[in-house]
Order: sequence, then C-alpha cells, then structure tokens
Amino acid sequence: MSTAIAAERPQATVEERFEYTLRLADTSLVAGQRLAEWLGHGPALEEDLALGNIALDLIGQARLLLALAGRIEGRGRDEDALAFWRDAGQFRNVSLAEQPNGDFGQTIVRQCLLDAWQLETYASLAGSLDAELADIAKKAAKECRYHWRYSSGWLVRLGDGTEESHRRIGAAMQDLWRFTDELLTPDGLDARMAECGIGPPPAAVRERWEQRVAGVLEEAKLPLPARPHYPWHGKRGVHTESLGHLLATMQHLPRTYPGVSW
Amino acid sequence: MLGFGMYTQALDSAGAAEPQGDVDEVARLERFQARIDRDEKIEPKDWMPADYRQALIRQIAQHAHSEVVGMLPEGNWISRAPSLRRKVVLIAKVQDEGGHGMYLYSAAETLGVSRAALIEQLLAGRAKYSSIFNYPTLTWADIGAIGWLVDGAAIMNQIPLCRCSYGPYARAMVRICKEESFHQRQGYELMLTLARGSAAQRAMAQEALNRWWWPSLMMFGPSDAHSVHTAQSMRWKIKRFSNDELRQKFIDVTVPQAQYLGLTVPDPELRWDEPAQHYRAGPIDWSEFQAVLEGGGPCNRERLAARREAHEAGRWVREAAVAYAEKHGAHAEPARSG
Repeated sequence: MSTAIAAERPQATVEERFEYTLRLADTSLVAGQRLAEWLGHGPALEEDLALGNIALDLIGQARLLLALAGRIEGRGRDEDALAFWRDAGQFRNVSLAEQPNGDFGQTIVRQCLLDAWQLETYASLAGSLDAELADIAKKAAKECRYHWRYSSGWLVRLGDGTEESHRRIGAAMQDLWRFTDELLTPDGLDARMAECGIGPPPAAVRERWEQRVAGVLEEAKLPLPARPHYPWHGKRGVHTESLGHLLATMQHLPRTYPGVSW
Repeated sequence: MLGFGMYTQALDSAGAAEPQGDVDEVARLERFQARIDRDEKIEPKDWMPADYRQALIRQIAQHAHSEVVGMLPEGNWISRAPSLRRKVVLIAKVQDEGGHGMYLYSAAETLGVSRAALIEQLLAGRAKYSSIFNYPTLTWADIGAIGWLVDGAAIMNQIPLCRCSYGPYARAMVRICKEESFHQRQGYELMLTLARGSAAQRAMAQEALNRWWWPSLMMFGPSDAHSVHTAQSMRWKIKRFSNDELRQKFIDVTVPQAQYLGLTVPDPELRWDEPAQHYRAGPIDWSEFQAVLEGGGPCNRERLAARREAHEAGRWVREAAVAYAEKHGAHAEPARSG
C-alpha cells in the first residue's frame, strides 16, 4: 500500500533535491558561523560555552547536509567545496540566519525564532522519503530541541527580567520579526518538496511554529509583533548585505591559497 | 543549563580565620606539614595556614584567568578557519578553555573567594594571567603553534599539578590535562599538515614557530634563581619541579618534534649536549618577559579591553537573570516542553 502511494508521488529532480538540501545546510552553517563569533565575548562563561555548543551542533548539521547535497549533485563537490567556494548569491540560507549578532538579546531573538523553525522542520523531516535526509533530521531535531530550550529560556528571562532587559529584548523582537515570513511562507520549491514527500507540509510547520513562538512571547511578557510585509528571499539566493561580509571572512583563507589541504 | 552561582557574590568571606601567634600555632603548622609530607590531600574544610591558602588562590586564579584570556587569541581565527572540520575542532578547543576556566574558578571558590571577585581583580588589572596570551595570532599557523607549543608547555607545567597537595585543584587538573594533551596533538597535526603542504604553507608554519618559540620557553617563568615563590611552593607540594627543570624537559621533547616537521627552531645557539643527554638552548631575553609581564606586550591592552567589554556588555544580561530568579524563586528555570 505505502509503495503504491509512493509510486503515485511526483519525483523531485536532482536540481530540486540539491537546492532544497542547500537551504537546510546553509541555514545551519551561517547560523553556526554567527554564533561562534560569541566565543570569548559572552555575558558569562556559561553562555560562551552554551553558544559554542549550539554553534558546534549547527556546523555539524551543515557538514552532514552539505556532504549529502554534494552526493545528490554528483559533481564531486564536498562539504568544503560547497562552504568555501560559493558566493553569496549561491547561498540558500534563510535571511534571518545571517543577521548580525548585535547584543546578546538580538542573538537570543534570532536564535529563538530560528530554533523554533528548525525544530519543527527537522522533526517533520525525520519522516522524509529521502532516507539520508531523514537520518540527518532525526539527529538534528534532538539538537534543535536543546537549542530551543536554551534560547526560549533566555527570551523569557530577559523579557521578564529588568526594565532594561525587557526594553532591549522587545526592540530586538520588533527588529527581527520581519524575517519570519520567509521561514513560514512556502515558495514553489518548498511546496514541491512537500508534494514529493521529501520536505515537511508547510502549513503544519507554520502552525506549530506560531503556537510555540506565541507561547514563549506570552511568558516573556512581550507583545506579538505585527505581521511582516517584506518578502525576503534568502532561500533563493537574494540576501541582505550582511551575508557578503560573513562569507568574505569565512572564505578568505581557502580562496587565497587555492588547491591545498588544511 | 545556567548556574546562578556566577551571577551572585556569595562567597567573599575569605575562609575561616586562622588563629595567629598562639602556642598551638607551631604545633598546628607541624601537623599540617606532616600531612603534606605523607602525601595526604588537603581538602576545603581542613585547617590550612593562611599563606598556603593565599598561595593557592593566587596560583589557581592566575591559571583560571589564563584559560579565559586564552580564549581570545584562538577565538580570533574561528570565523576564518580554512575548513569546516578545522572550524569545529577550534570551536571545541576554545570552548574547552572556557570550561577549564570554570572548573578552576570553582576550585578557587573552595578556598573562600568568589569567581565574581576574582574576575573583578582581573578586569581591574590587579591579577596576572599567562603572558603568552599577550602575543597576537597573525596567521592560521599560529593556531597550530599555540596547540603544539603553548599547550605543550602548559602540559609540562600542569601534569605535576595533578599530584598537588590541594585536593580540588589536583582533581581539576586531572581533567584539564587530559583535554590539553588532546589539544596539543591537534595543534601538532595542524602544523604537520602545513609543513607537508605548499611552500606558502611551510613558510607560514616556520614563521609561526619563529614567533612562538621564545615566548613558549618563557611560559615556565623566571629561572629558579630569580623565582620568588618556588621554594615554599615546593615545600607545600603545590609545585613539584622547578621552572628550569620543566623548561628543560619541554625543550628536550619539542626540539625533535620541530625536526620531524622539517622546521628550524629559531635559536642559533641550540645544541645537543651528548654527555648530559639534553638539548641546550641559548639565553632567554628576560627583558622581553618583564616588559610583557608589566603590561608592555603586543596585545596586553587588547586582551584586557576585550574582557572588560564583554563584562560590561553582559551586565544587563546578568542583572536580568538575577532579577528573573528573584521574581520566580532562586532556582527557577523558564520551563516548557521541547
């Protein structure tokens, strides 16, 4: 029976699978690169360690996903070829992931909104018909559950802490909320991957994300921001100005000395 | 997830007051020294001389600060690591250093001084940390050189501390040494990759060795003749080998490693002493050591400024955490389903 259903499903092309896997991979990579900038500069040693752990998980996810994308593409590109030798326009991460760290509150808001999305996306991808993607997603979902506990815990603490922390975290939420529409509104590829049984059903991810985030905002005594309007297209390669700088730093060494191993 | 210990200042009642100058004092000191001589571990609740407590606080705090300041020069290359594998290894390493800082501050807290008070001393410029971290990391090869040489030297210093007479410090050091030796191997492997790479990579490796060699030798501290604390620390078994003994051991181990890499140790006077079976290094420029120690090194200002900035920028976060805990009970964790 299940085979019959699978047979009726449309089959994703290699290009579609490659593009979709890059969306997940690049989002983890760029978010991990950003978080790692905190090491040595956090508000307390505990936070340096926790942010470092999350960065390690995210970059670990990115490595598995980039390697998978390279295998799907079949042109011999490995994780490093994909991480270090694509320009900003070829990166497929959601725009939220590349936003600068700002103060600790801005990092927490960025992370919280992203964690909720990654958690729901990976939890759903654990049942993907792409068996390799499903395996990576099972591991990633567990990690993202911890990331969410950390970021949402801090969101509540800062929202319901002092007047200053409430003001700062509220401003950060207002600032970054505009990037959430991109997470939740499916484009053609998201819809297609869901049809093919590879990607999660977008409406379900949206519903669970909204529920999760609304709950934590309430506990943090923060208002639900108004719906964003500008449609960002990071996942199609149209990014904010920040990504070019992030990549210039990240990629400069391999590009300065091409063809060697490190 | 979050220890609230560091957000409070609970511990500054420096230890139980030791009665001074009475007749029992001499006997008590003798009993203490006898325990040390029998290789017994001294534990936080045991009686100890005020000077022993102070010497340990000074040394452990200095060590903790070194770990925390040491995160900066290596953290400088995380965003530029040239492969994802190297990036992950470096993040994990810098994170381990933060973890070492935490165990060491905790070990110091068992002696009655809070982490907050120690950090205050560091930020005020009243506490020392290892001078090596006042040198800059200018190229990727510096990350290899730090692992190989700086962690290598640290291990020489620290392995004997696993048998230190003060229990909490000795136990912290067991764990730290395991992680440090892992870092040292990673650093050497990085250097080996560069040394076997392109001409530009080999040059980068050699240049890093040139800059890090002498500061690494200085990490063992002044020569025994000029070391203020050595004799008493040895009697108390806080320290077990002299600075010069440890430095010699490091040179003997490291010179062949440099040869294996095909790199040249930047010391024209370096020679093999056949009868003694030791490498003999040329004289160390102690004026440089003094200058860096007194704040005149290449990055003293930057390192302290970075720590102060992180502390100041994080103040509102720490205050919010304390305020939240006060509203919701000291151990409140915002809890929701994952």
